[in-house]
Amino acid sequence: MKKDDENGALPVTRRDLLALGASTAGLVSLSALGSLVGARRAMAAGTTMNLTSWGGAYQASQINAYEKPYTKKTGIEFNNIEKSGNGPALLTAQEQSGNISWDIVDLLQADANRLYEQGMVQEIVWNKDLDPAPDGTPAWDDFTAGSLSGGDDKSGGFVSTISYNTMFGYNKKAFPNGGPQSIKDVYDVAKFPGKRGCEKIPAGNLEWALYADGVAKDKIYDVLSTPAGVDRAFKKLDQLKPHVVWWSQGAQPPQMLAQGDVTISSAYNGRIFNAIAADNQPFDFIWDGGLYEWDGWVVPAGLPADRLKRAMDFLRFSTSTKSLIEQARYIAYSPARKSSFAQMADLTFASNPKIKMMDYMPTSPEHLKHSIAKSAAFWTNYGPQLSQRFSAWLAS
Amino acid sequence: MSAEATSAKGGPASAGTPALKASLRRAERKKRRGAFLLTLPLLLFITVMFLIPLLGMFWLSVANTTMTSYMPQTVKELSTWDGKDLPPEAAYAAVASDLKVAFKNHTFGRVAKRLNEESPGAFGLINKTTFRTARLRTPPASWKDEFVKIDKTWGEKPIWTLLKRESSVITSDFYVAAIDMQYSPEGKLERVPAYARIYIPLFIRTAWMSALITFLTLLLGYPLAYWISRLPEAKANLMMIAVLLPFWTSLLVRITAWIVLLQSHGVINSILVGSGAVADTARPQLINNSLGTVIVMTQVLLPFMVLPLYSVMKSIPDSYVRAAISMGAHPWRAFWRVFAPLTASGVGAGVLLVFILSIGYYITPELVGGQNGQFISNRIAYNVQQSLNWGLAAALGTILTAVTLILFLLYGYITGNRKVSIT
Repeated sequence: MKKDDENGALPVTRRDLLALGASTAGLVSLSALGSLVGARRAMAAGTTMNLTSWGGAYQASQINAYEKPYTKKTGIEFNNIEKSGNGPALLTAQEQSGNISWDIVDLLQADANRLYEQGMVQEIVWNKDLDPAPDGTPAWDDFTAGSLSGGDDKSGGFVSTISYNTMFGYNKKAFPNGGPQSIKDVYDVAKFPGKRGCEKIPAGNLEWALYADGVAKDKIYDVLSTPAGVDRAFKKLDQLKPHVVWWSQGAQPPQMLAQGDVTISSAYNGRIFNAIAADNQPFDFIWDGGLYEWDGWVVPAGLPADRLKRAMDFLRFSTSTKSLIEQARYIAYSPARKSSFAQMADLTFASNPKIKMMDYMPTSPEHLKHSIAKSAAFWTNYGPQLSQRFSAWLAS
Repeated sequence: MSAEATSAKGGPASAGTPALKASLRRAERKKRRGAFLLTLPLLLFITVMFLIPLLGMFWLSVANTTMTSYMPQTVKELSTWDGKDLPPEAAYAAVASDLKVAFKNHTFGRVAKRLNEESPGAFGLINKTTFRTARLRTPPASWKDEFVKIDKTWGEKPIWTLLKRESSVITSDFYVAAIDMQYSPEGKLERVPAYARIYIPLFIRTAWMSALITFLTLLLGYPLAYWISRLPEAKANLMMIAVLLPFWTSLLVRITAWIVLLQSHGVINSILVGSGAVADTARPQLINNSLGTVIVMTQVLLPFMVLPLYSVMKSIPDSYVRAAISMGAHPWRAFWRVFAPLTASGVGAGVLLVFILSIGYYITPELVGGQNGQFISNRIAYNVQQSLNWGLAAALGTILTAVTLILFLLYGYITGNRKVSIT
């Protein structure tokens, strides 16, 4: 019987140990996995491009505006991967395993710049690799200032396609006498009762805390760069904390608003737009304090010549004036080119011609007045430190 | 069974001649070799998929090759610097020359990232310095003056102390960070400010919540296993299927089901509000907090407690307890003095299994843990996927693995000596 007991117990614990070890050692096998996936994909890469983006309505807009016309023109098919959320980590793993499986990747500007500075994304010469505007204006002058980045005015690593807002929206049903109009109103729980949805990251929350505390929009990052400023932001956030439901996936805020879990929530503007335009939800935006940032393409460094050529050709195609304006018919994110934005006036939503896209664009002149430009440089420098403090604050 | 094995071994050996002994030994050796060859695939698999990644993780947690790879001249110059005053002009020139090469190779971002992990703000400093030195057409008369002009940080000691510390290929930095410590700008070890301490509290929370979950699975699993083990075979099989069915169901499906049940507008809350037991505005928060983690993980891990308990209890004949009672013991006493001690090995196996599984759990706390139900593994995942600080993630993982191994050895020691008893 003694022997039976040991036989019964030991294999299970050993297997358990294996599983545990495997999960904690996951980061090491990440690169091994990257190479496995890479090998499998590379074989199929004859006429297929591995395109990585954010999924959801956003990737759908890229499929409609970029991929379908491109496949029609060249015959090249796309393998759509929805992994941009962990894009920098997975690209790093691919680079370390020496087997790059992605051809083109959609990333946030801060992440893209950081990867470019680490030599992990392809250098792009603005006026050579990107098409000029229809009137002949070179790409560098046609793209909105700051949207081509990583390097200097000649070349760099990141080509923005859109800018989007992280901003507050609310459910109109919760506020029959008029909804909140400013970030200060979001913090005013007495006047606008109900739970708040906030993203479980420091970015955004800290900026808004200072803004609600009376810091001018253009001084927010100056204040936040000082220890006293960070203390001040967290102190203000303490006021809101008991009323917050935290979210981590972009799809959550519209759901929470619709189900009544929260009355006001931060969200990506495109998600709220889609809830209003496609699902007829009674939501509205708080344009005050909208935090906008750039998002767009990088091409991984170290691709073989044939794949690099295809990726660069697709980059040129998808960032043309025509492609960018086409994308704006599917989602309320602002195109990065001035020449595309200039055609916005009469543009309507692809599935509802009554909705004018200009009313919902984060960088329309009307909305830009109320917005805060999110600083990629600030979060590159202070992101890890503030994230640690934010996590400790959340758990306290 | 064990008695049979001994007699089989003992029999021929005592009766054999030397020649027979030798041929027997040969046969034994051949059998052993055959057995070893059979386990070879598993051994290979464990080495490749388990041991090597483990060693890789350990190496990542101490490796610090960024400076030696991308700033070789700086490392060389600083090796002779005593750290008392500012380093000599040659060190400034070495940094400039290293950064120029790094700029050309696009590797300065790696230096910037590594330094920023230790000193927030270093990312910007290195980038700014790199771009400014790369733009210089002619070398300046004094690199030191030029650097101080770019950023006054270069005229102070902390950045140089940092560069010198990071020059070594092996570092303890990640372990220092993993126990909520840091180096002060002067290079002294100190605890991080109270508001930023996160890993030690997380290790403690992971441990006590795992202990609580283990206790709850034991509380629920022991009577269940006992009941099933006393049922007639047909019924017992049916009940075992009921235990195993969730065990075979995808973890994500089970967690989603719990979310449906527990969320603030979910099944349980709706019943409570509908029956008038709870006001609509006072719905209890059952999920997205530590309570949610405990509830869901207890259910998810219950089979790991029930299975070892059941296998042990099934082998205990009813007659033992009956004998105790017939000799005058109260049923309760008979249970504690006779039945319970016999299940000790099952309890030990179940407790260890559930506890070790718990402290490494990731997906359940991630999905239902909210802000105060997260485990250390969630922070490891954050460092792997978001902040890309793999060294720190590896250090945390190594600590967690070490804790698990110690527990495992402890268990082996206790049960190996058969000293464990719950009376």
